[in-house]
Amino acid sequence: MATKEHRSWVEAPVVEAEILAAGLDAEAARKSRPPGPLPKRPFNFGRWFAATGWRHVVGVVMVAFSLFPIIFVISSSLNPRGTLTGSNALFAKIGLDSYVRILTDPQVPFTTWFGNTLLISGITAVATVFLGALAAYSFSRMRFTGRRFGLISIVVVQMFPQMLAVVAIFLLMSGIGDWFPAIGLNTHVGLIMVYLGGALGVNTYLMYGFFNTVPASIDEAAKIDGAGHARIFFTIILRLVAPILAVVALLSFIASVNEFLVASVLLIDTEQQTLAVGLTKLVSNPRYADWSAFSAGAVIAALPVVALFLFLQKYIVGGLTAGAVK
Amino acid sequence: MSTTIDDEVTSGTPKKPTKRQRQAAGIAEAASGGVKMLLVKVLMLGIVDAIAVYAIFILITSDQWLVAGIVGVVTAIVNWIYFSRTKLPAKYLTPGVIFLVIFQVFVLVYTGYIAFTNYGTGHNGSKEQAVSSLMSSALERVPDSPTYEVTVVDQFGELGLLVTDPDGEASVGTTDSPLTEVDAEMEGGKAVAVDGWTTLSFADVIARTDEITELAVPFSDDPNEGAIRTPDGSSGYLYLSNLEYDAAAGTMTDLSTGTVYSDLGTGAFTSDDGEQLLPGWQIVVGFDNFVRAVTDERLAGPLLYVTLWTFAFALISVASTFFLGLFLAIVFNDLRMRGRKYYRVLMILPYAVPSFLSALVWAGMMNESFGFINQVLLGGASVPWLTDPVVAKISVLVVNLWLGFPYMFLVCTGALQSIPEELQEAATVDGARPWAVFRLIKLPLLLVSVAPLLIASFAFNFNNFNVIYMLTDGGPRDSNAPIPVGFTDILISMVYKVAFTGQSRDYGLASAYSIIIFIVVAVISVIAFRRTKSLEELN
Repeated sequence: MATKEHRSWVEAPVVEAEILAAGLDAEAARKSRPPGPLPKRPFNFGRWFAATGWRHVVGVVMVAFSLFPIIFVISSSLNPRGTLTGSNALFAKIGLDSYVRILTDPQVPFTTWFGNTLLISGITAVATVFLGALAAYSFSRMRFTGRRFGLISIVVVQMFPQMLAVVAIFLLMSGIGDWFPAIGLNTHVGLIMVYLGGALGVNTYLMYGFFNTVPASIDEAAKIDGAGHARIFFTIILRLVAPILAVVALLSFIASVNEFLVASVLLIDTEQQTLAVGLTKLVSNPRYADWSAFSAGAVIAALPVVALFLFLQKYIVGGLTAGAVK
Repeated sequence: MSTTIDDEVTSGTPKKPTKRQRQAAGIAEAASGGVKMLLVKVLMLGIVDAIAVYAIFILITSDQWLVAGIVGVVTAIVNWIYFSRTKLPAKYLTPGVIFLVIFQVFVLVYTGYIAFTNYGTGHNGSKEQAVSSLMSSALERVPDSPTYEVTVVDQFGELGLLVTDPDGEASVGTTDSPLTEVDAEMEGGKAVAVDGWTTLSFADVIARTDEITELAVPFSDDPNEGAIRTPDGSSGYLYLSNLEYDAAAGTMTDLSTGTVYSDLGTGAFTSDDGEQLLPGWQIVVGFDNFVRAVTDERLAGPLLYVTLWTFAFALISVASTFFLGLFLAIVFNDLRMRGRKYYRVLMILPYAVPSFLSALVWAGMMNESFGFINQVLLGGASVPWLTDPVVAKISVLVVNLWLGFPYMFLVCTGALQSIPEELQEAATVDGARPWAVFRLIKLPLLLVSVAPLLIASFAFNFNNFNVIYMLTDGGPRDSNAPIPVGFTDILISMVYKVAFTGQSRDYGLASAYSIIIFIVVAVISVIAFRRTKSLEELN
């Protein structure tokens, strides 16, 4: 019996299996139905709960777990003046004083940090995409000696994050700073260069996979029409792979916004630091820190990232899984 | 029209292009690149070359011949690649590879080198620097020495002393350059100003008192002749070093006690009874750092529990986020359920917020005496969320679960939806119960596609510095350890603390720890790549 049905699934069109399954479902439902004529089933809480209701319970619990730190930080940012203790009564007082404080406090150059972070992460993201796309194009479209070795090295090297070498990076940058102060320790250019060392990593592999999905016949057609390799790359391929470029740019942007270790070691002056370094130092002692000012800063800092993330959510999820799920 | 051309070309092309065809392809390629392209290329290379020439010039003036040579060779190779007609793949790979080699490969190798040195506080520079710094730190005023009238002067922000000796001769010098005679403007037998230097006003002298009292201007090129220092900015005295350096024998002698410190190859002048004069200098110490890390009792204990905790932290984090994410993916994968979209968006918010901010907010909420969790949720309890060795570990895991489950939720949802419905139907038809369908069909298929991501997630959590540092700072601190290490520290945060926090920085030991992480990660990735065969699929 089972064999026969199995064979029917393999041989017959899928539709047949669906009909079979539907038939079984109906049969099962008929058996479990209480006796008596029921033209339209009344709402039965137990059945609803067993089918989808408990899922809502799980959902509500998880949403509460997910949101309560976020609600807490929004509430304490609206608390006009407050220490950590003062922030515990949620939405007890509402005012924008903390936002004014964090933006204007001369001791805390929040706007400078914000600008530094946008500048460093933005340039890193654009340059990472560019370097990665160049490499992915050559791996995807060209056949050369050392290609397989190059691909494997990229996969292997990304297993060893740069922060393992943070001591060496610090000493290297302070050495560079002795001769070229403009790109050494305590400079944004230096930090960006360090970040770009990781440009050929998981992102390149992601892009490589996506480049492979663009048919090579497009390149060939363009080549026959007289386009050089550079023109094909810049004017044709880059436009076709725009979604993955956006994903990689965003992932790289978020990664550098979050990066603390290397940034804290390389950027010494308060004025040069990024949000991650500055805000961490600001609340290093939560008991004495101006907690609501920090919360206001956190909200301002998180908003653009969250907005970008939700806006590009669909692509990001695709990108996250594309690396492995193929 | 294009089809005919296409046909001609593709059908007529043999497997391997002949020489003529390759030439023709080269000419076509060259002809297709416009003049504009060429101009841009030349301009970019010109900028690169100009920067390189400038860099080489600077490096040569500071006698860094090796580095200058490397910069020169690399620039030449770059030019060769971009002006050559062939070398097409190299043109696309070079920019990324240069950064990769310097800031990823080289720094890892350099870490390996530092791990074999005693680099750190007290062992920062060369032997010469150590000698001059020791000599100047042991300066003592010569009793009954003559008084020198001094004027504090400034040149481009660097302080110097304008000294009038008892004979009325004026000379000027700084910490780095010994006194040289000058023609100064005299006022009542005291030199008060000299060309090229700005005389500090009385108010400036007061404002920069700390800098001025630190100033020691060497009397001559020989460090054994002493230096002039001024305690008040107006009269200076001759100070002689308590130490005498014998360059021929390589020894330091403490003149007041008569102790002889000699260079025994340990990177510092050491006396016969083992006392060291710091600062010392940087030397290669072989496996000392590794031996110290595993045999010194006070270091071996922390290393062991930190390593175990790092593994536990990474494994539990991956497992907890994966199972919660998978559970949620299954729960919300039911088409009959309403409002799934809203739950989904709200649940991935923790993933969208920058993680350093979330960790800092959690740290505030988990504060023992003032935090939201103890004060409000638990009604005034005082659970030591971040200050008790065991509870702090649980807190770290909970926060990391909060940070990580949305990712696994997204990934598992994607993977579940990519499993064909037919499989489930077939199994149901064959009489499989839902649990059996999940365990025997869906889970194995899901694991195939998610396994590489789980390995990547393990590798990420193994070095998840942000959560640990922002939440507990590795605390509570282990007071028995000589290095600033705590009970929730993972290996990477221990590296950071040993190298950059605390009273003394020990780059050598920190790099040795880095190498240990490196080896662990390498072993894990070899196993992972063997298992998943992902490298073999590359083509």
